[in-house]
Amino acid sequence: MTSTRDTAPRGHTRGMGELIDIADKTTVLAPFGETLAQLGRERPEIVALTADMGRYSDILPFRDAHPDRFFNVGMAEQSLVMTAAGLAKTGKIAYCTTYSVFVTRRAYDFVAIAGAHSKAEVKIFAGMPGLTNGYGATHQATEDLNMMRGIADLTIIDPCDATELTQVVRAVADIPGTVYVRLLRGKVPVELGEDYRFVPGKAALLREGSGDVGVISTGYMTARSLDAAKAADNRGVQASVLHVPTIKPFDTAAVVEFARRHDRLVVAENHKTTGGLASLVTEALYQGGILRPLRRVGLADSFFECGSQEYLEAKYGVDLPAVTRAILGEV
Amino acid sequence: MPTTDREPPNIDELRDRAYQLRRMMMTMTRGKGEGYIAQGLGIADCLAALYFHELRHDPERPDWPERDRFLLSTGHYSIAMYAVLAAAGYIEEDELPTYGLNGSRLPMSTFDDTVGVEIVGGSLGHGLGQAVGMSLGLRLDDSPGRVYVEISDGELDEGSTWEAAMAGATFGCDNLVVLIDCNGIQADGPVTVAIEPVADKFTAFGWSTTEIDGNDMSALVEALEKSRVSDGKPKAIVMRTTPGSGVPTIVDRPRAHFVRVTDDEWAGLVQELEDNRDVHA
Repeated sequence: MTSTRDTAPRGHTRGMGELIDIADKTTVLAPFGETLAQLGRERPEIVALTADMGRYSDILPFRDAHPDRFFNVGMAEQSLVMTAAGLAKTGKIAYCTTYSVFVTRRAYDFVAIAGAHSKAEVKIFAGMPGLTNGYGATHQATEDLNMMRGIADLTIIDPCDATELTQVVRAVADIPGTVYVRLLRGKVPVELGEDYRFVPGKAALLREGSGDVGVISTGYMTARSLDAAKAADNRGVQASVLHVPTIKPFDTAAVVEFARRHDRLVVAENHKTTGGLASLVTEALYQGGILRPLRRVGLADSFFECGSQEYLEAKYGVDLPAVTRAILGEV
Repeated sequence: MPTTDREPPNIDELRDRAYQLRRMMMTMTRGKGEGYIAQGLGIADCLAALYFHELRHDPERPDWPERDRFLLSTGHYSIAMYAVLAAAGYIEEDELPTYGLNGSRLPMSTFDDTVGVEIVGGSLGHGLGQAVGMSLGLRLDDSPGRVYVEISDGELDEGSTWEAAMAGATFGCDNLVVLIDCNGIQADGPVTVAIEPVADKFTAFGWSTTEIDGNDMSALVEALEKSRVSDGKPKAIVMRTTPGSGVPTIVDRPRAHFVRVTDDEWAGLVQELEDNRDVHA
């Protein structure tokens, strides 16, 4: 952890939306905005919008590089999505940013109809997805995957780290239609190797274990799962890790094949255990005729309080010890 | 019938165009036996003025990048949209009787896969904001294309409309014209929310605003002409329209939001339309 974090008093809410797993890790500052600014130099059809969340979504490098192609619509998420959709219908690719809670809960109809149904080239980068800040339920999008997977023709991506996010920023420009991406902001850790390649719609086997236990994970919980798998190694359990960055369309075949090769499963996600990855996995497995003991690491169906990220993650059972216990089969 | 350059308006001809649109709508109503005919009849003059005078468009090239865009935000006014698309040559007139029938390409609410339809209408409060985005996109391309969007007074209940109104003014979208169909009705009956004074509100939101009788062809043409002024502001034309305009029996219906026309009364209503052909002349 950074020195700033270490000196923060216990219970103090730290920098919003930054991951806490960055101690002793290489990090990249604002990979989203920096990559988008560069992509904007290569592709003049790219425009960017924010709903008063420029600074807090890391998109300002794009504004500075391409001020004429940047639009801040103010605190108005419906306007954000409508304006982006309109721009898209004149041949632009419209990247837009706000917090996950606002674009999902408030602008849902607009994402569904002006975005996805209209096949509009709108690429939504949603800040602070799941439980990534201590500002309480108003700012914690713990059900965003559940909501968004209900929209037809929408692509949903939950990147793991800076390496993947950088690739996703570029990839979504060529994924047809509207895309919802869970944004990692601030100092984003590098977890995946240089040879990692994000392929839309495909899961990636990151770690092959002994066949005893397999972890299926998405988003930054994949990084935590890799850390937990290392910790479990020391206890004699070699876990596999299957990373599922694309939530929709879901890579059912890879999940079923992975499950078939393991005696028991852990599903880890930065989301409620209902309606997100765990639900998708269980649907896929049941349909595929694969029944395995399955333990869900994720958030309860509840609204959470304010508090430090460490406090909340430990209290609600999604921190590193919780994932490690799940892999080891401990209570 | 490409209309890529504007000629001096012929008001009588445009009125006749509006009459023809109303006739087409009555034909569509017979096929389905029901629909949003009152709103369609009310907006017929506006659509005639747009498609046969104001818009630079080409039915042979519906995707022409420099075309003026017309966005129908009120997707349930589809009956009027299909009439004008047929009259302008985007779709075949003999397809109109399939309006609203199962499997038809002319559904009860507009979708953007119908040729000539720019947006998915129907979920009210979506049109103005998308028009703002199109306006910005065309401006970035230095395109001469302008954006015209129809919204309704009922749609002014939606907060998203006002978000978009602020955005249009903030970004100085002076290639954008909103045509607000103030017909005084919505699903539950008369407009009940305190939306008036509509023109003053748009003026206060930073729009160049004009208020007219939306069934007066001369006033429509004049307001559209004024809307081409480049003053750094988006333009609002508040149109006071009469639902059912041209067919007195429909005008007089106490609940005109969704009208059912029986086979028995259909011929009589068409005759009324014929009898009132010159009512606005």
